[in-house]
Amino acid sequence: MIKTMAEFAANNEMPEVLFWVGCAGSFDQRAQRITKAFATILTKVGVSFAILGKEEMCTGDPARRAGNEFLFQMMAYNNIQTLNGYGIKKIVTICPHCFNIFTNEYPELGGKYEVMHHSTFLQQLINEGRVRIKEGGAFKGKKITYHDSCYLGRANGIFEAPREVLKALDAELVEMKRCGSNGMCCGAGGAQMFKEEEAGTTRINFERAEEAIETGAKIIAANCPYCTTMLTDGVKSKEKEDDVKVMDIAELIAASLED
Amino acid sequence: MHLLQQIIFILCAGAAIGIFTKKVVEVRRNILLGRDEDLTDQSGKRWRNVLLLAFGQKKMFKRPLPAVLHFFVYAGFVLINIEVLEILIDGIFGTERIFQAPLGTFYNVVIGFFEILAVLTLVAVIVFLIRRNILKVKRLSMHELDGFPKRDANTILYIEIVLMCMLLLMNAMEGAIQLKEGVGDGFLISRLIAPIFIGLSLDTLNIIKHTCWWGHILGIFAFLNYLPYSKHFHILLAFPNAFYTRLTPQGKMANMPEVQNEVLYMMQPELAPPTTDAAPVQHRFGAKDVMDLSWKNLLDAYSCTECGRCTSVCPANITGKKLSPRKIMMDTRDRLEEVGENINKNKSFVEDGKSLVHDYISVEELRACTTCQACVEACPVGIEPLSIINQLRRYLIMEESNAPQEWNLMSSNIENNMAPWKFSPDDRDKWANEMEPSA
Repeated sequence: MIKTMAEFAANNEMPEVLFWVGCAGSFDQRAQRITKAFATILTKVGVSFAILGKEEMCTGDPARRAGNEFLFQMMAYNNIQTLNGYGIKKIVTICPHCFNIFTNEYPELGGKYEVMHHSTFLQQLINEGRVRIKEGGAFKGKKITYHDSCYLGRANGIFEAPREVLKALDAELVEMKRCGSNGMCCGAGGAQMFKEEEAGTTRINFERAEEAIETGAKIIAANCPYCTTMLTDGVKSKEKEDDVKVMDIAELIAASLED
Repeated sequence: MHLLQQIIFILCAGAAIGIFTKKVVEVRRNILLGRDEDLTDQSGKRWRNVLLLAFGQKKMFKRPLPAVLHFFVYAGFVLINIEVLEILIDGIFGTERIFQAPLGTFYNVVIGFFEILAVLTLVAVIVFLIRRNILKVKRLSMHELDGFPKRDANTILYIEIVLMCMLLLMNAMEGAIQLKEGVGDGFLISRLIAPIFIGLSLDTLNIIKHTCWWGHILGIFAFLNYLPYSKHFHILLAFPNAFYTRLTPQGKMANMPEVQNEVLYMMQPELAPPTTDAAPVQHRFGAKDVMDLSWKNLLDAYSCTECGRCTSVCPANITGKKLSPRKIMMDTRDRLEEVGENINKNKSFVEDGKSLVHDYISVEELRACTTCQACVEACPVGIEPLSIINQLRRYLIMEESNAPQEWNLMSSNIENNMAPWKFSPDDRDKWANEMEPSA
């Protein structure tokens, strides 16, 4: 059973880390699979973690990026109250947008935590030998391309950790032309996820999916629930969904864990 | 005769520097129309950026070919200025090649080196003209550059060609004179063309030499005064702009303490800072016009050289949306210049019924941004188009309530369901109950 922070607190206990799920990871059916995969890894390797459960709220990222600072400040205030109330020190999240907001924008509002994105967390677990990948796993030798999310990559300079995680799978990592700090957006950031794209010649996720498909990779690895959704749609638009799968790195690791 | 030339020279130099200074003071005033922002912290890191970004042109080298060519022109510009110093001294005191005697034979080595730079600059400038006008490299021939920006870019390249040719021709004349008088054979590069002119009389050679000398320095004076009106202003402003560029992670969006406090008053009045009588002037939320932006945004606008690296990596622009980060910078500068003219005319700004948003930058452009920061990452001199976009978006939402219906829905969902979608907050941890019990 996955325990909430309230349950930990009721027993006067503190988990190793708080797993901040995020709205997409909580509600979106596709993203829920990422959440479950990550929770499975944590459980299997024995990381003591809690979720906030019903107490978790949107961090306010899409509101702030759309321009609605009032709403952002309200959400930030409430979340910081909850987190500080529990005395949270360490947070891991599967959403780069939440990660960015916790890392860069909550501190000056009074919310100071040690924050990790799950790709960095997984890399640490692998390095510490807590996560062990089974020999000859499903992805061994398979071509995987990695899509840098804007808010993990350019926004916070985390390019290596997710790639290190992928290397543990013994897969063949192929890069897209636009990668690393030159990586191309999936089209969902800045609250675009929640509105129709402006008029143009094509969609951003179509363009990006095309680039990913061109690498010949069978798997597009992502680290963000929004990117996963956008790229999945992009792959569908090219009618490649049977050949190319879009998967979060947590899903790739969860499927390769040693029994 | 010499004295007359000296007087004319001093008058020209004085006028050039005077007019330039006046315009620079005006530009500085325009930049300071922006809101205050303290960017003087961590000066060590800031000087490092000046060295890496401005002097070292680190980010230019993401695209090696234009970077190398640009480096030629840049090195040419910086180093040939040493020769301009000599020209200035010569012009004022009526001397000729004042550095020649103290430097001895080394002088010829230095001039030879400058000549190499001049030739490299010529080559680079010609390639740039070809890239702009014949190959029509996409980012250099987009519609937002139609009219003045395109002319501006070409004008600068032509001026550079003329300046370099004058320099080489002047030295070639010197070489021809030396040949004729049997006292030497000129300088490293120009000696290659010097023999062509050997048939001319000494007087003619001297006239051409002096004409080139005057042409070169008057060209430089004109160029100097063209700079503040041109995208080429970046050759000066790239340095301060690199100094003041952001040091925090690119993902960090600027906080709005006034809104933060507003929320605190509402939620926990005892924690909010007390309102004092000397409350700061109430700004509008976000930015409607250039005065609402930070002074750094305005410095950015003057530092932009319209190279279009930002636009060429903008996912919205690549997929045919109207947004172009370069145009955001050009519009900001154009509007700021317009506001500056208004102040020049009326002593202080008189409302002209226009604003940066709507009149220059459309809502559609602003709406297309994914805040991916590719534009910020791409800029060689540390300009942040995204910062302007974010502030204009804040104005649209908070002052005009101007949002697409879907964003209104998103906001009300966040307010009521604590998530941007219409799900019940009670279902937030439903996934956990669906996990296999073994997990």
